[in-house]
Amino acid sequence: MEKHSEPLVTGRIVEEEIQLTLDDLCVACAVHAERIVELVEEGVLEPAVREPGGWSFGGSSLRRARVALRLQRDLDINLAGAALALELLDEVESLRARLRRIGED
Amino acid sequence: MEFRDYYQIMGVKRDATQDEIKRAYRLLSRKYHPDVSKEPDAEARFKEMAEAYEVLKDPEKRAAYDQLGANWKAGQEFRPPPDWNAGFEFSGDGSDAGGPAGHSDFFESLFGRSFRPDADGRRSFHAQGEDHHARVLIDLEDACHGATRSISLRLPVVDAKGRVTTRERILNLRIPKGIREGQHIRLAGQGGPGFGEGKAGDLYLQVAFRPHPHFRAEGRDLYVELPLAPWEAALGATVRVPTPGGVVELKIPPNSAAGRKLRLNGRGIPGNPPGDFYAMLQVALPQADTEAAKAVYRNMAEKMKFNPRATLGV
Repeated sequence: MEKHSEPLVTGRIVEEEIQLTLDDLCVACAVHAERIVELVEEGVLEPAVREPGGWSFGGSSLRRARVALRLQRDLDINLAGAALALELLDEVESLRARLRRIGED
Repeated sequence: MEFRDYYQIMGVKRDATQDEIKRAYRLLSRKYHPDVSKEPDAEARFKEMAEAYEVLKDPEKRAAYDQLGANWKAGQEFRPPPDWNAGFEFSGDGSDAGGPAGHSDFFESLFGRSFRPDADGRRSFHAQGEDHHARVLIDLEDACHGATRSISLRLPVVDAKGRVTTRERILNLRIPKGIREGQHIRLAGQGGPGFGEGKAGDLYLQVAFRPHPHFRAEGRDLYVELPLAPWEAALGATVRVPTPGGVVELKIPPNSAAGRKLRLNGRGIPGNPPGDFYAMLQVALPQADTEAAKAVYRNMAEKMKFNPRATLGV
């Protein structure tokens, strides 16, 4: 295994500091724009800005898009199924967080 | 290299029908998909299973695999027999493998290496490089204060001959102050190289925290379990509490029960707004291991008339 070192790199927090263009999301997910448009039409993603010049998305769309696309590919489910799974996963996560808080009260 | 028993991995018999294999894959993939599963080894299991399915679902690959014979045991030292796959022709390139690329040595010795140079054919002569994704573990303190850390990533790279190898990359990373678990850091231009005049792709790092000996993070809030002596909880006290920003003095109100939550505003993970810091009170019981200590407990028993089981009706 070859080792390779790098100079100091500074990044930005995607969820807080970054708006992603449609093209950014396509490249980050390695899919064509149509796949992202489908996710918007299904309600999985909500563009923060819808302008004639193009859509832009909040940084949290990155994770949602990637999970939805992975679920579709790996579980061989359709888009509506992936959207439902994603919603239920979000709900489970928020219930788990509540459970942890109540467990401590 | 070790032999892999794909039938055992998928939990099916060697004479299973293609439908049975598909059904087994559906069940296992829902159970172990890393985005869904809470199993600790989900990612490794899923990868193993996706590889097994890639072979067994394809009648050509399955027939070739079966030809190795039924006497191999999982984990047994394996070397493919010479010309083992003579007479088989594999169509397709296996690019529909579930999960990220990366097959076992065993798989590659049989079916060769495959990689997806470009999942969706976005390439043209000049094209932006691919974005890369990785997960990194950082310390909670570094998220609170910001820090510069050396981080080691293992990246699959495609060499000039089209083979996939793993390269270790040491990244000297400035961790942004205020990042929370599950968030991503984008490093512009640190992904795959561009083609022609296209610019390099970006590198996305998903952040997780190493387990901390004292603190637990929940979004931007932090929690600590704070043990108190019985008299501190009963009479009230001012005690010292470690926070990521340093030790603070916390006032404990009299008659604080175990499980009570005290909040320190704005002392969680920094941000706009910053998170809060919660001390979860616990009462630690001193051991009655000396005569003097026993005398104190006996004295309490006499004078306090306390029935901890009153709510149980006894």
